[in-house]
Parts: sequence; C-alpha cells; structure tokens
Amino acid sequence: MIANYGYKDGSGDFFISIDTDKCIACEDKPCLEACPIKILEKFADDYDDEVVGVKEEHRKKIKYSCAECKPASGERNLACQKVCQPGAIEHSW
Amino acid sequence: MITAGIDVGNKITKALILKDGEILSRAQTPSGFVQKKAARDAFAEALKLAGLREADVAYTMATGAGRNEVTFAQGRITEVGAAARGAIKLYPEARTVIDVGAEEGRALKMDEAGKVIDFAINEKCAAGAGSFVESMSRALEVSLEEMGPLSLKAEKAVPMNAQCAVFAESEVVSLIHARIPKADIAKSIHKAMASRISSMVRRVGLQKEMVMLGGVARNEGFVQALEEDLELKLLIPADYPEYISALGAALAAAEKAGVK
Amino acid sequence: MAEVKEYWRWKEYNWKNPDINWQDAAVITAGIDVGSVSSQAVIMCDGELYAFSNMRTGSDSPNSALNAINWAMADTGLTQKNIHFTVGTGYGRVNVPFADRAITEIACHARGANYMYGPTVRTILDMGGQDCKAIHCNEKGKVISFIMNDKCAAGTGRGMEVFANLLGVSIEEVGERSLQVDEEPGPVSSTCVVFAKTEATGLLRSGWSTEKVLAAYCSAMAHRVVSLLERIGMEEDFAITGGIAKNVGVVSRLEKELGVKALKTRHDTQIAGAIGGALFAKALVEKGKK
Repeated sequence: MIANYGYKDGSGDFFISIDTDKCIACEDKPCLEACPIKILEKFADDYDDEVVGVKEEHRKKIKYSCAECKPASGERNLACQKVCQPGAIEHSW
Repeated sequence: MITAGIDVGNKITKALILKDGEILSRAQTPSGFVQKKAARDAFAEALKLAGLREADVAYTMATGAGRNEVTFAQGRITEVGAAARGAIKLYPEARTVIDVGAEEGRALKMDEAGKVIDFAINEKCAAGAGSFVESMSRALEVSLEEMGPLSLKAEKAVPMNAQCAVFAESEVVSLIHARIPKADIAKSIHKAMASRISSMVRRVGLQKEMVMLGGVARNEGFVQALEEDLELKLLIPADYPEYISALGAALAAAEKAGVK
Repeated sequence: MAEVKEYWRWKEYNWKNPDINWQDAAVITAGIDVGSVSSQAVIMCDGELYAFSNMRTGSDSPNSALNAINWAMADTGLTQKNIHFTVGTGYGRVNVPFADRAITEIACHARGANYMYGPTVRTILDMGGQDCKAIHCNEKGKVISFIMNDKCAAGTGRGMEVFANLLGVSIEEVGERSLQVDEEPGPVSSTCVVFAKTEATGLLRSGWSTEKVLAAYCSAMAHRVVSLLERIGMEEDFAITGGIAKNVGVVSRLEKELGVKALKTRHDTQIAGAIGGALFAKALVEKGKK
C-alpha cells in the first residue's frame, strides 16, 4: 500500500508517501531513529502488517515539522529518505 | 526630496510620506474590494496630514499584494524588498525580518545593506496569518484588539489540534464549552500560530537581530508567544509596525528619484 | 431574538431492510463510523445490509456511537447482545466503547465501496464533513494506495457548510442552485475557506448572483480534489462517497474535469465507512477473532 500522509492547503501539497509493501520486509526500520524530530512510528496496519507511518500529531503540520530538514536555500537533508534501504519514502515538496 | 510609499495589503492600505529620510505623515484605510480607490484615499489622507499636494512628491512607490492596482505610482517593489529596506533603516543591526499581515506571513534574511538573501512565505492559508487570530477572536467572542491583552493574563496554554482556521473555530467553541478560561484559550491560539511562524523563520535560519513587523506585531499576546517559541527578544517598531513596508517603499522611491 | 436559520443542517434518518429477518441470520455484525460531523451505524446480517442510521455527531463521541447504533436498531427488536462483532471506524473510532475492534476509515471505506458499487471499483473519492480521501483499491476492496486530507477545510463538507451559511442557502440545495447559471463562471481563486469567504463577499457586492457564487465555489472544490486523485493514480471504475457525493453541483463538475462518470448506488453515500466496518467485523468473526 502506498500511504500518503500530510495535506494539501492553500499554500501547497505537503505529503510524505510510504510504500508499506517495501516497508514490511525491512527489519530494522532505521528511518524511525534517523528523523531528527521523530515524526515516524511503527505500527500494525489494518491488514495486520507491521509498517511505518507518520505519527498522528504530525500529519496536519508536516510542512512545519519537516521545516528544519528543508531550509529555504542550501542543502536539503531528508534523513528518513537517506537511511531507507528499500526506497519506500518520498516527499512531495 | 519628498517621496511616498503605498502598501496595499489584503486588508489595510497604508501610505507614508518621507522627506530626506524623515517620516512626515502616515495614513491608512481598509483595502476593501476596490484597492485602487483605497490607495488613492490613503495617499490623499497622508498628503493632507503632511500639508502637501501630490505635485510635491518626487516619486511614489507601491508595494503589497495589490501594488499593481496603484496605477498612479511610478514604481513597484515586492513586499519582501520593501520590508527589508524599512527594517534596516530603523534597525541597522537587524538581519532577520518577520512580517505577519492579515493574509500572509513572511520571514526574510538580509545582509547589512538590507539586501534580501533568503525568504520564505506562508501564503494562501489563513492558519499562518493575522486572519487566523481574527477568526478565533470571533469564536471566542472577544474583539481582535482584546486578544493580546487577554492572552497575557493566561495561566497556561492547552494544546490546539486543528491547524485550519475553520476547524480551529470549532475547537475553540468546544474549549469554551469545556470551561477553559478565555485567557488560556487566547494564549493557546497565539501559541499555535507562533509555532507556524517560527518554523518559517527557522527555514531561513535564526539570525539575530530579528525584527517583527506587520499589523500582527501590534498583538502583544502573539509577540509574547513568538518570543517564547524563538527564545529571544524581538525588535518591534511599536508605534507603527504596519507601516514599515510603506516606509521601505518610500525609501526605495528616494533611491530611484535620486538616480533620475 | 429571532431564531437563526441553520442552513448547514441536513436531515438525520434511519432505515431498515424489510426483506431481511435478523432472526434467520447466522452472523450479525455492526460497523460504526463516528466522523467529526456525522455518525453512521450499519447492521449487517450475513454480510447483507439490514439497517442503518445517519446522524450528526454530538460533542461527545462515545454518546454519538451509542445513539447511532440504538437508532439503527430501533423497531427491529435487536439489542446489542444479538450483535456478534462490532467494528468502530472514522475519526472517533477509538471512542466507540462497545466496539470489538477499531479499523481506519481508509480500509473501511474501500471495503464498503466494494460492497456498494461492486468489485469493479478501483478509485474511491470520499468527501466527508471534515476530510477528503482518495483511495485506490483492488477487486477485493483492499487498499492499494490512499491519500487523505483532513488538515484543511477546503474540499470538505465543513467548507461547504460555511458557504451555505454565508449565502443563506440550505446545504441540501447548494448543488442544484449552483447549476442554475447561464454561463459557468471561473472557480473561486482562493483555496482557503477563510479567504474564499472574503472573495465571495466581494463577488456578491460586485453584482454576482448567489447561484453564480455557488457555481464558482463548487467548481473550485471539484478542481481541488482532482489533484488528490492524480496523486494516487486515477483508475476506473470511479465512485464518490460521503456527504458531498449528494451535491450534484460538485459531482457534475468533478466528472467533467476528470472526463469520467462516477458510479451510482442505491445506497446512502454516507454509510460506506460503516458498511466496510460491518464487513470487516464479519470477516473477523469468520476468522474466529471472537
């Protein structure tokens, strides 16, 4: 399943998409620790697979939560994406 | 030399007359639905206050969301450019400017000459602008002017879940029903908005000194919440924070007219 | 003080299938969808729709869930003891005290739409009171991808309610009225509901009719959700669920923009989540989870 967490508002589209089919096979899930503000969590989804998702409290503000990894200029540092071996994480913005 | 800066904001239009770097007069009027008229009215009022006629003004520069409507201005400048010029004039040590108006929030980083290096804008969403506080004040049934002083009396803040102004209104109503004191709700509202503005500031980098301007800078409750979030003291031109972009435009006008 | 007319208010109701006798059923399950604006309870007998209720969510979610199930059971002779398994779903799913399990509204909507529209449904757009979801699913109603927007009121029923109130038009009439224009206006340019309200006030003042403003808003709402569908990959058949599915002004403009017709259903489009919940409940009973 490709789960898109985040939102669209007047200022743009802000989604983190996680391909949970790739995520299931990943044992360590290093993305959880890599995120500097720990917005990701591990949980059992509706089909009882253990996958990663964005924590509820960050879903409506990821533009703000992820701001530090995305400076207005200079290098983006998407730590979650870098450590994800299966390549399951994408950011829409 | 006399120049004018006209800042046509989404809600309020400001006009400012400048003579050799000194502010002669300031005037404002609601932008309404015909911005061209608002710009005319504000300009006429400012001229009257300064005891001048339009012919006395060497150059008029427009800025703000409706700057293209100011057909009588000779030049136009972006909001970011105007804010930086105005801020550096008042505070030469400033390197970051936070400008929060009715419908937009902006953060910019500049060099010692007031040249903009970097900026971030929060637009087209009421959650990151003055409209948010205004919507919440209606839900709280207090006037917009009272929001700041009320917020300063708060004992604690409660977390606000809704990010959208429309949803947050319902949340405020349920907080009132839950008998949370209005002061605490006001503080929570300012805190929620401050965290959005501060994340925008962090995107351009926290660089001292920081100036806050725009109409929302008059709201001491919001200023307190933002200072707490950023953990520093903001420089605020308290008498006329909403006129700094108009000042910047008038300064830019003087530069243009000087070259001419 | 004169009573303030509540233009946003829609009718609450319940329904019972006269062709089913629950005493004959082997498995009776329930799905309760507690949304932020509306709540539905669905009761299914051996996987067939038996009864449901559709009402406004109160300020207290546990009560909303109980009120909904009680109203669905009204005049059936059923009591909660007769129900083998109950699934709670929706925004208030953790607040259904008598549910045996909570399942997300995404999974439930896909499952429910599969029942309501048949197994050919691949894309479901759910336009609810406080969120908008686009779901891509397989022939079994299992989710392949989803996107959900519950941060912003634009594109939700709540946003439409704000407009209905502003213009003094009953929420149930908004769709029809929006089609009563000689020429289709361009969409309202502001996405944000707060700013769109200001824009609409300006349009009315400049002489636009109420119908024309409604048309511009319905069209903006349709345009907005198209990008959500594009993000998950739009595949036919296509179905729309939720309260906005009843708004012909949004639906017809959305179909036009997508170049695709939405499937019709004889069921109430607001009960997809609760139906899905009741179907999950049935599967869980069969798996021996209770």
